[in-house]
Amino acid sequence: MSFLKLNQISHQYLYKKGYTKALKDISFTASEGSFISLLGPSGCGKTTLLSIIAGLIEPTRGEVTLQDKPISDSKSDIGYMLQQDYLFPWKTILDNALIGPQIQQKQKNAIKEKAIQMLEDLGLSDVIDSYPHSLSGGMRQRAALVRTLITDPNLLLLDEPFSALDFQSKLKLEDLVSNLLHQYNKTSVLVTHDIGEAIAMSDRIYLMKADPGEIQKVFEIPIELRNLPPFQARKHLKYQQLFDRVWEELNKLEAKSIV
Amino acid sequence: MKQNQLSDDQLFKQYQKKININRLKIILWQFVIFISFFGLWELSSQLGWIDKLIFSSPSKIWMLFTENLVDGSLWFHSRVTLFETIAGFILGTISGIILAAILWWSDRLSKILDPYLVVLNALPKVALGPIIIVALGPGYLSIIMMGAIISVIVTTLVVYSAFKEVDSNFTKVLKSFGATKWQCFKEAIFPASFPSMISTFKVNVGLSWVGVIVGEFLVAGKGLGYLIVYGFQVFNFTLVLYSLLVIAFFAAIMYFLVEKLEKWLIKNPDN
Repeated sequence: MSFLKLNQISHQYLYKKGYTKALKDISFTASEGSFISLLGPSGCGKTTLLSIIAGLIEPTRGEVTLQDKPISDSKSDIGYMLQQDYLFPWKTILDNALIGPQIQQKQKNAIKEKAIQMLEDLGLSDVIDSYPHSLSGGMRQRAALVRTLITDPNLLLLDEPFSALDFQSKLKLEDLVSNLLHQYNKTSVLVTHDIGEAIAMSDRIYLMKADPGEIQKVFEIPIELRNLPPFQARKHLKYQQLFDRVWEELNKLEAKSIV
Repeated sequence: MKQNQLSDDQLFKQYQKKININRLKIILWQFVIFISFFGLWELSSQLGWIDKLIFSSPSKIWMLFTENLVDGSLWFHSRVTLFETIAGFILGTISGIILAAILWWSDRLSKILDPYLVVLNALPKVALGPIIIVALGPGYLSIIMMGAIISVIVTTLVVYSAFKEVDSNFTKVLKSFGATKWQCFKEAIFPASFPSMISTFKVNVGLSWVGVIVGEFLVAGKGLGYLIVYGFQVFNFTLVLYSLLVIAFFAAIMYFLVEKLEKWLIKNPDN
């Protein structure tokens, strides 16, 4: 049984003066606990696809199911991380972390303690009562990660969550996220344009092309890399080989789009 | 070279001293302007450079002030106008924000109402004075309405555009947790618009005074606006200028209170 299933998803954006086809016939499945990456140039509809999986946008055609139920029935099972942290500047870090339970009206003392525990685990114990502006980018994204995980989602959607960070924070956070996801056996979909990140973190990569957004190629990540934390995976010989293959494929896509 | 001989602590103290001196300089200049304005006014009035009848003089105004302070008429008239202005300000601002929220809620309604709002905004609201007075009677109520109506549309337009400009990713975060439209408004749209709301408050403080004073011009038998009209009718310009200075004083206090509110609402210790 596939955990997450996308069946022939197509989406077009309608404007006053016409429409653009953002996505065309996207189908894939992800099994429970797996990590999928959607890799592609900007404008290939990655973020649109992620919003569709999250149930935030209704696709023009096709359907998304999570555990064989339509996605609209299981919204509280989904966690979403954005490119930037989007912590609310007027809330403390703890209140930011608790926004999900608050929205779902599940705020209890137990969940508050859990949030404090998670923030402490991620090295944020000193800033629990601080406001987001006093934190570094890496700390903010870690707080956003707690906010996403606190509602205990089964499916995590990551929309380039590391792209706004400096390289060092990015590598550290990749390891942290990968470790947490394995620990809790979460299923994840990562959107990225960073080839290295996609290879280091995922089990499978879907390479997408733009205009319209379509799946061009699928790469299975070798088992040796899958079992390594991202930082270690980056040093592995097979990482470099796969990187070159993906690189070549991406270049082909770009060459096509220039012609 | 000299810099190197100072310890970090000394450098910091030097910096603090510099900041204090700069602050003192600014206060000093503000004081100098204040004193020279009133000094020059008094002097030119005494020496006959300006018409004593029209421009009066600070000493005469001060005499009138102490007189009115003692017999209680200062507080009597100020109280009336102050109450009307604050009521008008609150009424106008809150209804403006509520209207903006309704427009944000319904995209279609906001598109339908758009041309009407633009025209209403351009309309000189004080021109509605006579109608309001006839409709609501010559009293507190119509003057408060004048204070409110002058600020309500501009508040609606400014706050509505602030609501629209809130980064949609904040609502995306909330929606990913399954938030309803009301929750999105309460948790993201409304608090994110505090800075714009505060700036409309600041504008509305001034506008409410305009509305109320005009309202008092038209009907009142008491209040600072009434004193101005009365002073004009009996050619007592000391009374006019005295009322004006009292208004300036209270307007400044209201503005100051809005600034306090700003510091309390917007939690950003950077400033």
